[in-house]
Amino acid sequence: MADVQTIARHIPDRLESRGARLIKSWETLLVAVALAIFLVNSFASPYFLDPWNLSDATFNFTEKAMIAFAMALVIISGEIDLSVASIIALTSTVMGYAVQLGFDTPALVMIGLATGLLCGAFNGLLVTGLGLPSIVVTIGTMSLFRGLSFLILGDQAFTGYPASFSWFGQGYVWWVFSFEFCLFVLLAVIYGVVLHKTNFGRAVYAIGNNQTAALFSGVRVGRVKFVLFLLTGLMAAIASICLTARLGSTRPSIALGWELEVVTMVVLGGVNILGGSGTIPGVVLAALIMGMVTFGFGLLNVPGIVMSIFIGLLLISVIALPILYRRFRGRRSH
Amino acid sequence: MLQDTTTSRMKPAVALEGISKSFPGVRALSDVSLSLYPGSVTALVGENGAGKSTLVKILTGIYQPDEGTIRVDGAETRFPTANSAAKAGVTAIHQETVLFDELSVAENIFIGHAPRNGLGLIDWKKMNADARALLSRVGADLDPSIRLRDLGIANKHLVAIARALSIDARVVIMDEPTAALSHKEIHELYELVDRLKADGKAILFISHKFDEIFRIADRYTVFRDGRMVGEGLISETTQDDLVRQMVGRDVGQVFPKQEVAIGEPVLTVSGYRHPTEFEDINFELRRGEILGFYGLVGAGRSEFMQSLIGITKPSAGAIRLDGHVKVIRSPAEAIEAGIVYVPEERGRQGAIIGLPIFQNVTLPSLSRTSRAGFLRMAEEFALAREYTARLDLRAASLDQDVGTLSGGNQQKVVIAKWLATRPKVIILDEPTKGIDIGSKAAVHAFMSELAASGLSVIMVSSEIPEIMGMADRVIVMREGRIAGRFERADLTAEKLVRAAAGIQEAA
Repeated sequence: MADVQTIARHIPDRLESRGARLIKSWETLLVAVALAIFLVNSFASPYFLDPWNLSDATFNFTEKAMIAFAMALVIISGEIDLSVASIIALTSTVMGYAVQLGFDTPALVMIGLATGLLCGAFNGLLVTGLGLPSIVVTIGTMSLFRGLSFLILGDQAFTGYPASFSWFGQGYVWWVFSFEFCLFVLLAVIYGVVLHKTNFGRAVYAIGNNQTAALFSGVRVGRVKFVLFLLTGLMAAIASICLTARLGSTRPSIALGWELEVVTMVVLGGVNILGGSGTIPGVVLAALIMGMVTFGFGLLNVPGIVMSIFIGLLLISVIALPILYRRFRGRRSH
Repeated sequence: MLQDTTTSRMKPAVALEGISKSFPGVRALSDVSLSLYPGSVTALVGENGAGKSTLVKILTGIYQPDEGTIRVDGAETRFPTANSAAKAGVTAIHQETVLFDELSVAENIFIGHAPRNGLGLIDWKKMNADARALLSRVGADLDPSIRLRDLGIANKHLVAIARALSIDARVVIMDEPTAALSHKEIHELYELVDRLKADGKAILFISHKFDEIFRIADRYTVFRDGRMVGEGLISETTQDDLVRQMVGRDVGQVFPKQEVAIGEPVLTVSGYRHPTEFEDINFELRRGEILGFYGLVGAGRSEFMQSLIGITKPSAGAIRLDGHVKVIRSPAEAIEAGIVYVPEERGRQGAIIGLPIFQNVTLPSLSRTSRAGFLRMAEEFALAREYTARLDLRAASLDQDVGTLSGGNQQKVVIAKWLATRPKVIILDEPTKGIDIGSKAAVHAFMSELAASGLSVIMVSSEIPEIMGMADRVIVMREGRIAGRFERADLTAEKLVRAAAGIQEAA
């Protein structure tokens, strides 16, 4: 027994090359869809290809996409945060209130970010500290945060934001590239690196695939999840700053229903709604697609309610299609 | 209605003849015969893995035997479904009863065969009255209309037994029915078994506890390694005799245990206790040693091991690692300190299915394969390759989802994951449970190598051959306490079984 020499068989790192994987990926499909919509739009309306029009179109998705990056991480970890739109409302309201007290732009930004972080920390504590399911917690805080916003505002609106504040929603960094679009690109890169290139990102995937085994493997599950809820709070605050600056006013109904669009964007981007898989490039592509569709509908004068129907159908189909596809494949292999 | 239980030439109610059953890689039962007689309690004894539960599943129609016949009242029959076994009057009461928490007691008793009224609807009045009558027969004074979830485990057992009576069961299988019961409840269960016996039921009683076997059984059958190795009348045997039959085999020759010089103490555990799971655990683990933890399922071994790595919090106790007091509050801290735990439930606690092999291996070691929190894939692959090669992993690529591997290869990935952290102490909880023979041998050989290289190993195992073959020293746990300590030199299977079951040393 002892003198039997075991020959270590060689196991390759990977069987498929990166190129082969890329071609089969969901992201490739999204690129094809994005190109198709781009072509359809440019034929449907002569105004579509104008650089300034395209620049305007980016405002349809930049704010939602910022939240979608953080939401992607939350959903990959097996949780969800449905309170993001209400965090936008509460953050905007608190900033509007601060304007009435005479605070200037830098202070407003700080107050806004702090509000978002507090909301995120509240969600995070309820989920990780008390072990409550995040879908229940964030449905609750969805009502709570917007309710507070109504309480402070009633049916009035806060206006009178300083001129320098409006730059976050209306300013341009260079030529047609708005501050919001540049921030979107920067955040896409940051989130892409965090999710795909860091230990933290690996922990997110591990938790989403098997939380118990991740815990046994030394992943600080509670801490990671808490940070994820902080991040969605922070991103909602950043989106709120941009949106408030763009609109120049705050009403309690601001960003109503955005949570569904954000979740749709994440799921369309290929993130498994049950957790465990998904990529940031996928979410970026989904953001571009949804932005272009909205813009295309706008150019064609399609009423807003149709857009709402479209988002609903899109959400159901992007969740159902991969499941149906798997079931179909499973049946064939039997 | 009463049958004469003194008749010696009674016909068996159910008889199994020459039953064999194989699963991929394992022969669970070979050529087993068993007869159950009306008005008689037959105890089925054997180690974990001896084939007892396979036999129960064949008797209740869940598994089909590969060979052999089942006779009911002498007539050859087959139980193609669980329902057909129930129709033939065979019913099983499991350790954890399979009942419906949200339904009432009466509904649980009559589910599937509820009395109907003229309109074809359930006749609630009759059902509740019948349920009350059945319950009183098993000595349970319960309201048939209350929800099952409001009952304790003992009363749930009684409902299960009442259900067995309602389908006019003639054969009642009780699979470790007392495992979760208190002393008083156990006593009531004994009385019930006596009553069922008097009613002429044939009872198969599976238990690890010798005192209750000798209290209520009339006959016994011993299984070992899927074979029947002995049977007879309880009145003509002794506890010693049964233990000998259970474990009587040659052990040690197939295990690749190397002789290792045992070094200084590495881990010292003192006064570990937990409000419900374990208490008063003290021991020392030395360098190069394999310390076995033996015990019955539920003896508190896994719970204790998990408290060592900070999963469950002990209420008191201290550990020293290399002479220094260590406080471990989370698995992350345990890994840092050099104590790792390879869990028993591979699918739930060990492997992260959905992630590729290399990411599974490197997860607890990411701080070593990364720089400033950023992943370095090349180093991850190198680390994964190094440790999976040492365990002779069979896989198509390191980027393959760990879920596509066989159980044995998944276990190799899980062990590789823990070794890659370069621990001082490795705790293996049932390391070879449910894996094929080939992988088992690889795991054993590797464990031996680990000890030889200076690691300290704790091996939790319920398999006596594994414990006897691999351990330098054995601690036996029973009901959360240390029930015995044995050196390799004076280790016998009998001693282990006695300590685990709480049998006093004979003379």
